[in-house]
Amino acid sequence: MFRHGTDESPRRSTALQKRATIVTGIAIAIFSVIGLRLWYLQILSGDSYRDQANDNRVREVRVQAPRGEILDRDGKVLVANRTELALQVLPDDLPKLGSPQRAAVMKGLAQITGDTPQEMEAEIAAVLKESRASPVILARGLGAGKVYFLREHQDRFPGVSVERVFAREYRQGSVAAHLFGNVGEVTAEQLGLPRYATLDQGDQVGQSGIEYEYDRYLRGRAGSERFQVDALGRPTDQLNGRPAHAGDNVRLTIDADLQATAEGALGSFGLPGAFVAMNVDSGEVLAMGSAPSFDPSVFTRPITERQYKALVSRENDAPLANRAIQGLYPTGSIFKVITGLAALNDGLITPGEIVNDSGEVKVDTVTFKNAQDAVFGPIDMSDAFKVSSDVYFYKLGYESNVRTGRGGVIQAEARQLGLGEQTGIDLPAEVEGLVPTPAWRNRLFRDKLTDRPWSAGDNINFAVGQGDMQADPLQMAVVYAAIANGGTVLRPHLGERVETATGEVLEEFESVPKRQVEIPEEWRSTILNGLTRAAMEEGGTSYPVFGNFPVPIAGKTGTAERGIGVADQAWYAAVAPANDPEIVVVVTLERGGFGADSAAPAAARILEKYFQLPITPAVASAQESRE
Amino acid sequence: MEAARPLTIAPRRSGLVERLNLPYFDGWMLAAAAGLIAFSCFTLAEATREDIPGDPLYFVLRQVVYALIGVSLMFAISRIDYSRFRELRVGIYSAMITAISLVFVFGAAARGSRRWIELPYFRFQPSELAKVLLIVSLAAFVIERTRRGSDPRQTIRLLAIGLAPAALVFLQPDLGTGLVLGAITITILFLAGVRWTHFAAIGAVTAALAAFALLLAPAIGVPVLQGYQQERLTSFLNPSDDPGDSSYQVNQAVIAAASGEKTGRGDQATQTELNFVPEHHTDFIFAVIGERYGFLGAAFVLSLYALLVWRALRLLTLSKNLYGTLIAGGIAAALMFQVLVNVGMNLGIMPVTGITLPLMSYGGSSVLVTFMAIGLLQSIHVQAQLSSRNSSRAATPALLR
Repeated sequence: MFRHGTDESPRRSTALQKRATIVTGIAIAIFSVIGLRLWYLQILSGDSYRDQANDNRVREVRVQAPRGEILDRDGKVLVANRTELALQVLPDDLPKLGSPQRAAVMKGLAQITGDTPQEMEAEIAAVLKESRASPVILARGLGAGKVYFLREHQDRFPGVSVERVFAREYRQGSVAAHLFGNVGEVTAEQLGLPRYATLDQGDQVGQSGIEYEYDRYLRGRAGSERFQVDALGRPTDQLNGRPAHAGDNVRLTIDADLQATAEGALGSFGLPGAFVAMNVDSGEVLAMGSAPSFDPSVFTRPITERQYKALVSRENDAPLANRAIQGLYPTGSIFKVITGLAALNDGLITPGEIVNDSGEVKVDTVTFKNAQDAVFGPIDMSDAFKVSSDVYFYKLGYESNVRTGRGGVIQAEARQLGLGEQTGIDLPAEVEGLVPTPAWRNRLFRDKLTDRPWSAGDNINFAVGQGDMQADPLQMAVVYAAIANGGTVLRPHLGERVETATGEVLEEFESVPKRQVEIPEEWRSTILNGLTRAAMEEGGTSYPVFGNFPVPIAGKTGTAERGIGVADQAWYAAVAPANDPEIVVVVTLERGGFGADSAAPAAARILEKYFQLPITPAVASAQESRE
Repeated sequence: MEAARPLTIAPRRSGLVERLNLPYFDGWMLAAAAGLIAFSCFTLAEATREDIPGDPLYFVLRQVVYALIGVSLMFAISRIDYSRFRELRVGIYSAMITAISLVFVFGAAARGSRRWIELPYFRFQPSELAKVLLIVSLAAFVIERTRRGSDPRQTIRLLAIGLAPAALVFLQPDLGTGLVLGAITITILFLAGVRWTHFAAIGAVTAALAAFALLLAPAIGVPVLQGYQQERLTSFLNPSDDPGDSSYQVNQAVIAAASGEKTGRGDQATQTELNFVPEHHTDFIFAVIGERYGFLGAAFVLSLYALLVWRALRLLTLSKNLYGTLIAGGIAAALMFQVLVNVGMNLGIMPVTGITLPLMSYGGSSVLVTFMAIGLLQSIHVQAQLSSRNSSRAATPALLR
């Protein structure tokens, strides 16, 4: 069968045949390799490659859900949304990192965002570390000029787009600024928590305040738009996406008008301070604020280091701090209701028992005097509250002193009424305050953090709200509410209910009181009577402010010493109407001097607003009370 | 051997068939070539509809025209006794060198390389034509030289003759076609009986040159390969490394081909429809076939190539003389090499070298030249049939032998 040309020798022919066989072998090998590879790719791994092909062509863009609105108790919108334009990049579509094209794009973007290319690359890298295909927002709140520039030069900015995003809008300006908190991108650590299980990189969540506390209602559910894109990333087809669900609205117990009035009254003094107005039965917080305040919208834009420092620095009195739940203050005389109640409960004294106020109490070598060296003579407990006799309560403090452990009856009563622990309000970052005890001070002494161990003097100071004790205005509001309502220690709350955009109620928040403290009616009426006389009777400590108030007020002034060279801190705590209390108001002003001079007039404005009375102009009242 | 025929209708019909030498054709080879070009047109018709806006048939119509011209060329060449090209070897070789050199003067540059000469209606790629011209002339030179013995100098001379056009093409630069010319040269020398020791030496020198070009030269600052060439040659080794680069093409092609699974995605072939696969009508058409028609389609195409190559290799021993053997060997080598490198590239196991898939990739020069080569193969078959019929009267010309 092997025939060949006449010029070929037979030897050569067999040699040729050998080589022809080798070439044929190579051909078989080549087709086998290709065939096996084809089989491996298409038959064995085809499905995973088909997934890759689908990943390639389908681009899913997350659609942010607008957050729910935050409303006041009457449905007035406090926090809403506005849309703004953001500059977004899809890292996968940007030119390759390190290429000159990438550098050119980043340089162009730098002119738009104002950030340096390095800063933007760092931001992109941070997001990429989390999830590969996530879009990265590099700038928010783009102006029209920049948007037009980007659109006109889209070819110079591959992978860059302008997206509509939501930002918070504060309809009432800075009113209640301390309550809302801010919204920000969910962080890498947060994504690991069950609370944020359903979220993705780039989603916005409440990071503090009400926004944090009720985030799961406000947040809504992000949707997605799905496109089919070609190799250049141009959309060719719209695929089925998932619509975004807007968050639900949260209605607060706050009364926006009362809040605004209260902030105005407090702010008129130009001093740092705080106020709380709360329903004494339900724990609904009607108004709560802190001065100085700030513009909450500052957090809807990227905040600079300097801006942030200004918000937290001591020189500016740290506007960001919510003193109503974060102030750590001695409370001065408004504490005396606790001392009185403790002494009555313990049988140290009876309501009618007369104590001679000689103007001072001597313990060992130390003399404790009344404020302004006053001498009140023989007085009972009601009188002691009316005139705010220190000596009366010094004596109770001395008699109830216990030298070891968690202290005596006053400490126990204070803790029962909610001092030294969080009130449990629906806001994060609440402080606990401090109920000083012998054990606490003695430990400090052992650790050489203080110069002396616990002594009777400590308990004497504690009895009148001086010394080491620390409480914030909200805790004192809970104490006064408990006295007013007959012993229910409330858990204050700001959230009233969750509702849809159309007002349909989805969930009501019930506040379960913390505990019930036994306050016999006799003790309660004795204390309230003393406080009412202090406000309404001539000679009472806040009579100059409340003497003519149309609604009976039970109020207590406080003046807390804050150390040598620092002006006293003013306090006022009131429940009203005195005969059938509805509301408790606590006001404090750092460096405010006598409680009756600053805190009481501010409380008066709040009560005027609450009882819908004509409001005394703030500045005038401040001066008037100083006279 | 043509006797006078009576003027009847039937002989006139058989006369055309006879004149085309159809009875002596290799029918399987013809079927394989026809199947491939038909499949190419079919695929182009489906996969390039959106490529030229407003002209969905742009590529397929041109490919059909190229195919028709190619088939005509094939028949024309098959009628010629290939042995006559032996005498024309110097002319053919000179024409080839001239044609390749022309691109340096008149060449149309595209993507940094001058490979084409613009003609009216047609962009001619001389390096494609060089494949057949080299095969025909080199085989002739080899026979001349080997008659005078087989010392190393002969081998070196023949190697030089074969590699000169390869080097010229390489300078265009067109690495892929240069490699095809190299494969042709080596195969022809191998079949001509060049000693094993010489091949060992050639292998050693090649390895040294490759090492120099890929490793040493860039290190001392004398780049032999263009940067992109080097990257293409090495990036296939780890294609998933960086999807943004030259390996991007391979990645996308592999995804396309593999995602076809058993029976293909048809019009859901998003990888090609959405342009993720680059050059999907030319270099990466096999990925398109894989994606659209799955293992069924791709394996069918591969078996057509196997059939074609088998029929070509069969001629190595069937040919009436050594010249035919060497030509068939050169053509088989060119086909095998191109299928291996192109399909291998589409499946991610070969570097990106810009080698077209014969009869499948869109392109006039490639289609015409491949058909010319098949015409040569048919000529070898026809001549073998005729000579065997002459030597043994019993032999019957069979269309499908």
